[in-house]
Amino acid sequence: MRTKYSFRALLAAALLLLAGPALAEGEVLPYPFKADPDNIASVQRGARNFMNYCSGCHSMRNLRYNRIGSDLGISDELLKAKLMFTTDKVSDHIVSAMPEEAKAWFGKQPPDLTVETRYRGADWVYNYLLTFYVDPKRPLGTNNLVLPNASMPDVLWELQGLQVLKEGGGDEHAEGGHDEHEGPQFELATKGTMSPDEYRDFVADTTNFMVYAAEPGRAMRISVGIKVILFLLLFTVLAYLTKREFWKDVH
Amino acid sequence: MAITPNPYKTTGLLGWIDDRFPLTKLWKDHLSEYYAPKNFNFWYFFGSLALLVLVNQLLTGIWLVMHYKPDAAKAWDSVEYIMRDVPWGNVLRYLHSTGASAFFIVVYLHMFRGILYGSHRKPRELIWLFGCLIFLCLMAEAFCGYVLPWGNMSYWGAQVIINLFGTIPVVGHDLVIWIQGDYIPSDATLNRLFSLHVIALPFVLVGLVVAHLIALHEVGSNNPDGVEIKKHKDPQTGIPLDGIPFHPYYTVKDLVGVGVFLIIFLGIVFFAPDGGGYFLEKPNFTPANALSTPPHITPAWYFGSFYAMLRATPSFAGTQIWGVLVMFGAVILLFLLPWLDRSPVKSIRYKGPIFKVALALFAVSFVLLNYYGMQPPSVVGKLVSQICTILYYLFFLAMPFYSRIDKTKPVPERVTYAH
Repeated sequence: MRTKYSFRALLAAALLLLAGPALAEGEVLPYPFKADPDNIASVQRGARNFMNYCSGCHSMRNLRYNRIGSDLGISDELLKAKLMFTTDKVSDHIVSAMPEEAKAWFGKQPPDLTVETRYRGADWVYNYLLTFYVDPKRPLGTNNLVLPNASMPDVLWELQGLQVLKEGGGDEHAEGGHDEHEGPQFELATKGTMSPDEYRDFVADTTNFMVYAAEPGRAMRISVGIKVILFLLLFTVLAYLTKREFWKDVH
Repeated sequence: MAITPNPYKTTGLLGWIDDRFPLTKLWKDHLSEYYAPKNFNFWYFFGSLALLVLVNQLLTGIWLVMHYKPDAAKAWDSVEYIMRDVPWGNVLRYLHSTGASAFFIVVYLHMFRGILYGSHRKPRELIWLFGCLIFLCLMAEAFCGYVLPWGNMSYWGAQVIINLFGTIPVVGHDLVIWIQGDYIPSDATLNRLFSLHVIALPFVLVGLVVAHLIALHEVGSNNPDGVEIKKHKDPQTGIPLDGIPFHPYYTVKDLVGVGVFLIIFLGIVFFAPDGGGYFLEKPNFTPANALSTPPHITPAWYFGSFYAMLRATPSFAGTQIWGVLVMFGAVILLFLLPWLDRSPVKSIRYKGPIFKVALALFAVSFVLLNYYGMQPPSVVGKLVSQICTILYYLFFLAMPFYSRIDKTKPVPERVTYAH
């Protein structure tokens, strides 16, 4: 009886602690997103996107090219031909060609993105890349919804096109919500080379790659973890049976 | 050159050792002939689990240090190097980071068990005192370890904690510079915290754990009934009637506890090592930056209660030292517990309603403090923290009075054990 109550108190305490993150999230992101770093094809496309559109300015200084190769099944030849632009050693880390002066150009060095998705969250990165909009008040002519006054220019505008933020926008439920990407408040002013759907897939792939890059050991720990837990379940059952056997003579 | 043969009449290699070193004696005194009460319940798993987590921290720590660089310019990258290039490095790191949180969960439950059943009462005061010292040492150890990855939360956490010493009148400012070895947390700070984390504090910690166990095995374990099993011994053998040898009975029982614990613990290690952002915090996934303060500086979750007390205490007379005193006082009060409790009975089973209400309020206060300590500052949070801090203090300071007047139930002569 008594033990039961203490269990319940413990459970209540644990639930209270778990409620923490839910209450702490103040930030609302307009586009829901769940990363899928297990989708190898998507991560491969994301690697292509990152190397072609991001790595000019952003490093992933803790990730080696050949780690991507071995994890994603890309040969050294293919890495060199399609993904490596600043070095030809596959064991090198991904370091951008950005010179020191970049600080003067943007106000800060473009940040290293190795663990960006663990710092900001994958959904944040996804939303960041979708919510650049035209803002003549900014020095480079664009602004960002989730990172106001971002110093990064809208480098993907050719793909996405240029969008403007509508007045009074922001309420994502305002205009019927049939589109699952109903978002908000943006209107495409200049068309890009991709359709909105294509661009969202492009950003999703890129984000999936960044989630992979933030923790290349993720797949390994999960596959090992399953075996470990299965072993422990068996171990615990055997331990319990042993305990019961030994304790038969305790009266 | 005759030697006195050992009293255990062991022969062969074991006999040779026993003639020179009390190996069989140690085995018997601490395991096979250490008689523990047979009525241990769920709460009694956490002592052996704390030992298990300690061993986990020591072993994974040894291997992490083989690859970690205690250098402000290299520490961050060396952690990512462990995560990526060291075989099994990510598992080692997650075992260690999750182990830190598990240590506190297990130790908090272990301490709560002590309060529930009066394990701090005579003749076990020293066991409790060693335990409190272990807790204090563990807090210092956890703080130093938290700084080592040199993420931005590591950095600003170090800043906040070291600056607590700055509230000491007159010498505070110089003391902070002396501790940091610099005007702000820097490479010098990282190096000394590394030294404390991997040498000084583990050394003290292990020593205290040994003392904790020696003291325990000298007087014997308490139990959920809070009665002394040594009062009723078998007249022939001298073995307590309600005692059973720790080995094999509690070793096999604790193995079940270990199994269940490891399923939960390794479940987090392998499937959710961030612990929902509590075991590994998001702001710590960006390198230390003296020019960029995280939006909310919160300590690791296990310091939440004490941090809430610090924030809840207003400053007056031009100093903030009161909050620091309240926070440290909350730990010091634990040391005094054996002498604050004046109840004629030990276990909650035979204590009266006042104690039960007081303990429930204390437990709720502690959890609420922990919760609000992790939240950004708010009006409600501050008010709740203030009330809970007062309740926390009252649980201890009013104990000499309420524990004496509380109605108690008669304590049985022998332990209650339903087969």
